[in-house]
Amino acid sequence: MKQDTKKTLVVDATDQAAGNGLMSRRFFLNSALATGAVVAGGPAAFAQETSVGEGQEDWTLMPGDDAPEYGDVSQFEKGRVKKFVAPPAGGRTASSAGRTPLHLLHGTITPSGLHFEVTHHGVPEVDPDKHEMVIHGMVDRPLKWNVDALENYATETKQYFLECSGNTRVNWANKKPDQNFMYMTHGLVSGSEWTGVPLSTLLDEAGVSPDAKWIIAEGGDSGSLSRSIPIDKAMKDSMVAIYQNGERLRPSQGYPMRILNPGFEGNTSVKWVRSLYVTDKPVMSRFETSKYTDKLHDGKSLQFSLEMDVKSVITRPSSAVALEKKGMYEITGLAWSGRGKIVKVEVSADGGKTWAEAAVEGPVHSMMLTRFRIPWMWEGRPAILQSRATDEFGRVQPSRKALLAARGKQAYYHYHAVHSWSVNARGKIRHVYA
Amino acid sequence: MFMRKALIAALMLGGVGTATAQQSGFGVPATQADIDKRFFSVFPDGENLPDGQGTATQGAELFEIQCLACHNSPPGEESEYEPEDPADTLFGGHGTIGTDGALATVGSYWPYSTTVFNYVRRAMPYTAPMSLTNSEYYSITAFLLHKNGIIEEGEVMNKDTLPKVMMPNRDGFVSAYPEIPEKYRTKP
Repeated sequence: MKQDTKKTLVVDATDQAAGNGLMSRRFFLNSALATGAVVAGGPAAFAQETSVGEGQEDWTLMPGDDAPEYGDVSQFEKGRVKKFVAPPAGGRTASSAGRTPLHLLHGTITPSGLHFEVTHHGVPEVDPDKHEMVIHGMVDRPLKWNVDALENYATETKQYFLECSGNTRVNWANKKPDQNFMYMTHGLVSGSEWTGVPLSTLLDEAGVSPDAKWIIAEGGDSGSLSRSIPIDKAMKDSMVAIYQNGERLRPSQGYPMRILNPGFEGNTSVKWVRSLYVTDKPVMSRFETSKYTDKLHDGKSLQFSLEMDVKSVITRPSSAVALEKKGMYEITGLAWSGRGKIVKVEVSADGGKTWAEAAVEGPVHSMMLTRFRIPWMWEGRPAILQSRATDEFGRVQPSRKALLAARGKQAYYHYHAVHSWSVNARGKIRHVYA
Repeated sequence: MFMRKALIAALMLGGVGTATAQQSGFGVPATQADIDKRFFSVFPDGENLPDGQGTATQGAELFEIQCLACHNSPPGEESEYEPEDPADTLFGGHGTIGTDGALATVGSYWPYSTTVFNYVRRAMPYTAPMSLTNSEYYSITAFLLHKNGIIEEGEVMNKDTLPKVMMPNRDGFVSAYPEIPEKYRTKP
């Protein structure tokens, strides 16, 4: 449709928003009205005496299958839209990751089965009848809940992104920019609608001591994964989630219950949660000391770098695909911030020399993926596409140069710089550092 | 519906005159057994460390049997059983943090000795976590610390001695919560 209509479009200078073909956000809207007029009208020809069924596809001529108990994707999509699962080293699964194919998805909600996952000790099949979560330590009364007990509460439903702080880690130290579609650079972020009980509700019920400062959250996996969460975060907006996108959590997302710390690095949102120990100090678990700490250029390391930074990426067009011909394209992508709402996303088609403000699709949720889009007229000239997000606190996504200058290149976690796609004259797209 | 249930429960509690805000929920009292089954983490100050003890000498044989399937032996002590594709490097790397060839190991990077015991006991051996005795876990911890040059071979590790072991990178961390220190923030 886009291919046919663009021949009728007339682009003039007033439509341009920035250099190298970035168009006004209103451009698609105007052109849709224009082409609509072309489609309408024209008198219908009288048909000959033939069955309208002739030439129809088989599936229009015969009833299909009965309604399934649980709907699956089309057989034509199977195997095409899937997570990228790196083969475990040496046959072990000590740290297993499934990455979301962002470049094949639209909107902001990631289908539950495509939500990224990182596990350090595999995915346990937890029997909900044998699973209970305890809150204990510096509380008036230690309490426990199973998932049925949690169902009794007034739940809250919120849209939040989750991002592994190792997302985009290859861009810290890799000399050559990664070219694996977007899996390796950005596939460890996803967005969902989560339903659960505010953690503060359960903490209040147990009666937290005013001297408490931390909560040690631990999971029921075979490593009993353990993370220290600041009590102010737990009381502010953490939840014990039991539903994702309207259905009970999937095993890989923590069935039957998980912690969800909005905006925090994914590892803190402990899955299969079974113990919350209220205390006045962090436990200094492996995953907050040896892992998920960020090595700096001066030999120090950042610890408890919990809040995810403001970040964005163009999902289409993106690497490992090619633009087939000159013409009008939509540049679209995702932006997010671990602190609040995205208020602005700028896009450049000339490597950052000029920027145009993209349209941000609402409603914009705090600490949730936000989709942006902007029309782009590609004239067959080389281009470098970039996006740069700003959140409601004025935090602006930095350039790679600025990020490496501040922290060095060995941090491994929390890479969040502007990402660059280079388009050459033949339409081939590569990830570049620019 | 659940909202209504919660309201009814609150009203009922209110009706018998014993309701407080804290008692309106659905949590059930947890027993000490409920807690102990689920929570056995230990802290850098020694909180929650169990009885039992071990030395690096005792840990050497355990390491070969329980750990060598996935992890390398200490440098210079390789045996015929070294894994082809070893898991996380446990030894060496001292003085490399902050250089281009940084090698983060138990010895060069981990800030607290108690984390070693805590993690190995809850998660290792990988296919049989929590399967050894506390003394065996103290012994393996002692082996890892000794082969990183942090304690002597015969030094006994137990709930009193382990928290006193000072790790080389103990002061290597800066907290980024609630804010990243000014010097590591990006400049526009």
